[in-house]
Amino acid sequence: MMKFDIPAEANLIDKERVVGRPINRIDGPLKTTGRAPYAYERHDVAKGTAYGYILGASIAKGSIRTIDVGEARRAPGVLAIVTYENAGKLGKAKAHTARMLAGPGVQHYDQAVAIVVAETFEQARAAAHLIKVDYLREEGRFDLAGQRDKAVKPQEKGDTPDTAVGDFAAAFAAADVQLDETYTTPDQCHAMMEPHATIAAWEGDKLSLWTSNQMIAWAVRDMSETLLIPPERIHVSSPYIGGGFGSKLWVRADAVMAALGARATGRPVKVALTRPQAYNNTTHRPATIQRIRLGASRDGRISAIAHESWSGDLEGGDVEIAAKQTRQLYAGEARLTAHRLATLDLPEGNAMRAPGEAAGMLALEIAMDELAERLRMDPVQLRIVNDTQYDPEKGPSVPFSERRFVECLQLGADRFGWSRRNPTPGQVRDGRWLIGMGVAAAFRGNITMKSAARASVDKRGMVTIATDMTDIGTGSYTIIAQTAAELLGVPIERVSVQLGDSSFPVSAGSGGQWGGNSSTAGVYAACMSLRDAITQKVGFNSKDVVFENGELRSGTRVVSLAEAAGDKGITVDDGIEFGDLSERYAQATFGAHFVEAGVDRHTCEVRVRRMLGVFAAGRILNPKTARSQIIGAMSMGVGAALMEEAVVDKKRGYFVNHDMAEYLVPVHADIPHQEVVFLDEVDAKSSPMKAKGVGELGICGAGAAVANAVYNACGARIRDYPLTLNKILKSLPT
Amino acid sequence: MKPFNYERASDPRAAANIVSASPSRRFIAGGTNLLDLMKHEIEAPDHLVDINRLPLDQIDVLPDGGLRIGATVRNTDLMADQRVREHYPVLARALAAGASGQLRNRATTAGNLLQRTRCPYFYDTNQPCNKRVPGSGCSAAEGFSRNLGVVGTSEACIATHPSDMAVALRTLDAVVETLMPDGSERQIPIVDLHRLPGDTPHIETTLEQGELVKSVRLPKPIGGTQLYRKVRDRASYAFATVSIAAIVHPADRTVRVAFGGLAPKPWRVESAEKLADSGAKAISERLLADARPTSDNAYKLRLTERTLASVLEQGGMRT
Ligand SMILES: Cc1cc2nc3c(=O)[nH]c(=O)nc-3n(C[C@H](O)[C@H](O)[C@H](O)COP(=O)(O)OP(=O)(O)OC[C@H]3O[C@@H](n4cnc5c(N)ncnc54)[C@H](O)[C@@H]3O)c2cc1C
Ligand code: SF4
Repeated sequence: MMKFDIPAEANLIDKERVVGRPINRIDGPLKTTGRAPYAYERHDVAKGTAYGYILGASIAKGSIRTIDVGEARRAPGVLAIVTYENAGKLGKAKAHTARMLAGPGVQHYDQAVAIVVAETFEQARAAAHLIKVDYLREEGRFDLAGQRDKAVKPQEKGDTPDTAVGDFAAAFAAADVQLDETYTTPDQCHAMMEPHATIAAWEGDKLSLWTSNQMIAWAVRDMSETLLIPPERIHVSSPYIGGGFGSKLWVRADAVMAALGARATGRPVKVALTRPQAYNNTTHRPATIQRIRLGASRDGRISAIAHESWSGDLEGGDVEIAAKQTRQLYAGEARLTAHRLATLDLPEGNAMRAPGEAAGMLALEIAMDELAERLRMDPVQLRIVNDTQYDPEKGPSVPFSERRFVECLQLGADRFGWSRRNPTPGQVRDGRWLIGMGVAAAFRGNITMKSAARASVDKRGMVTIATDMTDIGTGSYTIIAQTAAELLGVPIERVSVQLGDSSFPVSAGSGGQWGGNSSTAGVYAACMSLRDAITQKVGFNSKDVVFENGELRSGTRVVSLAEAAGDKGITVDDGIEFGDLSERYAQATFGAHFVEAGVDRHTCEVRVRRMLGVFAAGRILNPKTARSQIIGAMSMGVGAALMEEAVVDKKRGYFVNHDMAEYLVPVHADIPHQEVVFLDEVDAKSSPMKAKGVGELGICGAGAAVANAVYNACGARIRDYPLTLNKILKSLPT
Repeated sequence: MKPFNYERASDPRAAANIVSASPSRRFIAGGTNLLDLMKHEIEAPDHLVDINRLPLDQIDVLPDGGLRIGATVRNTDLMADQRVREHYPVLARALAAGASGQLRNRATTAGNLLQRTRCPYFYDTNQPCNKRVPGSGCSAAEGFSRNLGVVGTSEACIATHPSDMAVALRTLDAVVETLMPDGSERQIPIVDLHRLPGDTPHIETTLEQGELVKSVRLPKPIGGTQLYRKVRDRASYAFATVSIAAIVHPADRTVRVAFGGLAPKPWRVESAEKLADSGAKAISERLLADARPTSDNAYKLRLTERTLASVLEQGGMRT
């Protein structure tokens, strides 16, 4: 394994012959012509597939007294019904907070209670409605605000819950200008296009899953822990994924219940979660309450900064790490962050696109806007004044690897025409619309993860990369092919990429915006090894060998890749591991969002009119797919600002608006022209690719820029997301 | 979804007859509402009669200058009809504001009028709902009611009727023409089609079992500035929080206004329209005199007034 523990020097990627180009997705034609099979459509893999339908719990908390499956079992076409009574012993994967099958205890609404397997989908669904479950209901805790006082400091899992530097209370008290406000963000659901879906088949004691999953190795591990069978007996395949946004980081009930259904019937079983189940059966981004205190001197320098966040989860769950960015984004001597966890009996809270920052930046970046106003300072300028080139909690000994936040702000302000903004709210009109502009920072940590790949070249000179990396719509296929093409000197058409299969080397997977950089770094390692292997085989001098145009050259000697590969071809497995560069350097991605929004003077409807984002995120491996990631995330930011909310019924304990007609995400008509600019940057401390993540950066801060534009438009300062028209109406003068 | 029989009706009379034979039979038109309800087993008919091939898909000019719109005319076609756009623009605009392109291509005139509420508890069969299961209770009363009704509602049910088209038809004083199972015909003024919930919210219209909507008749054009304003949480593909169909004659200072998003039926109070000269506040106060909002949806009162002010302004009514 290549160990990445010193900053990358000049390397082959810097040539940017293929990497860094706006190449169309290599899987695009397959997708646009419907030939990329998604999990539910893997008609090729298993013959005689039966259909499963999951029955979810109709209560939020309590237990199952009795389940009567008699009538359902006798219904036409039914092959088997599995409940906790006949499922056999199951474990709970450590990565799961809630169990994938309820019984006798019920932990949340729509937790799976049974799977009905039948010859057709319609038969399975009809029979599921015939199952009679008698529940014992218990009182549940469903209201975060009501449980806030009982919230506790969580056990340290990934991130430290609390940090403190200096004497915050004293510095805050002594500050010229103070801000102390509380912001709330609602529960949100991933609402990705493709629901969770799996086909499961057993062959003897071996299980195959064709599923939709972001993290193949975790899927194997979690299935193994749930079904209590060794991981070697589990095969997972997930080559195409119709979006996940974090909801497919872990296997869910579709996979577990399909496996149980398949075991009970001896047939392959396919299961897709229904749209409502995507809301209450799976995970969601937990709601937060965030208190932010900022103290600054008259010139705008922050001297005290505190960010505390409360969120809830099931027993054994974790907090939303919403104050995380506040540890690194702005300067300030006295600092404090804290997270508190309340127990709630709602479905499992977990990661959704940019966990932590997405919710945290919604709050922090309104607070900065409010502080700027109190200081009578331009909000762009306030952010510039508080830039820091090192991790402000750790001091100058831990500098940022690259941080061009100020440039993002300045370039953005320039391009957007920020100077035309009137700082007094409610002054600009266009017919019935009140017009405002808002700005916010974009910030998301840069995580790197160990990642491996198999690289081979065959007798036709074709290069193949195989890795269990996934492409969740992000463009992994394409940037991996670009990486291999760059390093092996072949056109991209000569590279074939195979992803998402547990028989391939384990990659970083797709999550936390680490996938693009880490997985291509793994491919970099494998391709460098392959170059060595080829060079050695043909006996060239490795010092001056050049791979170009499908050939390798050394001095006057030339051999084609095809010849070099020979009949047997050459294959190597290699990967990358990351050392302590992420501790020696603070690593993050940066940007600035600018938004112009209109607020209808009468109805208070908000329509975003223009968006610009400027980002600095290391080498942009493919500007086209990167831009798609950013505009998708900016759109999601608009959703977070204006409409997205999984509404909790606080009496019954579930998300009420559990379909796409009621849980609103932006449609085309909500999204105006979006401009995306990437600064020309390479970050040699991040990986040999010198890239960082972009998949999540675009959502971080986007919603706050919208909220700040709304304030500038009409003077309604709303600290409770989403900014629906009733809230704006309420805060307007009568 | 429960298994069901399906047949295509050969003529309107036969269709009415078959469906009248049992309360568990339904007509199916575009199916965009009924099939969803069946998948969730909110409705579980055992027999569907498909009316899509009946000769009810024409739009005809009547001798009095009015228009007869067939029951199976698609929303998209109705919206695009030149006569509708020219003489009844409020209707074209309301249709364009509804649902999405795909849904409108499929949705029919009658189906749109007879679509059922979007109350989220009505759609979740695990929850009590008087409309779905009479007597089981109303989950919305103490639950999430931000987008439910404020007026014309009852203790038993606070759901709204979600149609945009129906709101426009109400300002036009449309008449629903039906065929009874016995072959007789009925003319139902649109105001009388939908019932208020009272303590029987599951009975939503005055139609009888098997009564087939054949067409909707529009009186001769009345001119004026015709507007449809739909206030919603996203720019498209969302139900109205409040919507207003308005026909304004600024010269003689008269208005007709009907409201969506507020009530179990398109809400129009003719006596309130007489206050046109006194402005939006006076009209909406009269309109909402009996309003009983929840804490979640009380904002709709103020929103109604402000939206009305905007519509009147746009229609050229200076107050
Ligand atoms: C996601 C979504 C968003 C939507 N948004 C909107 C919106 O913003 N605004 C809006 O107005 N609507 C909206 N709709 C609703 C849509 O307009 C209706 O579903 C559609 O108009 C129903 O027409 P249909 O022909 O498909 O009716 P069907 O589903 O076929 O029938 C509906 C009912 O009418 C009965 N019926 C049909 N024809 C006759 C007849 N001739 N005589 C007697 N009974 C009959 C059926 O038996 C059934 O009970 C939305 C729907 C969805 C799914
Ligand atoms: S408002 Fe009406 S439809 Fe909604 S839950 Fe209550 S009874 Fe049912």
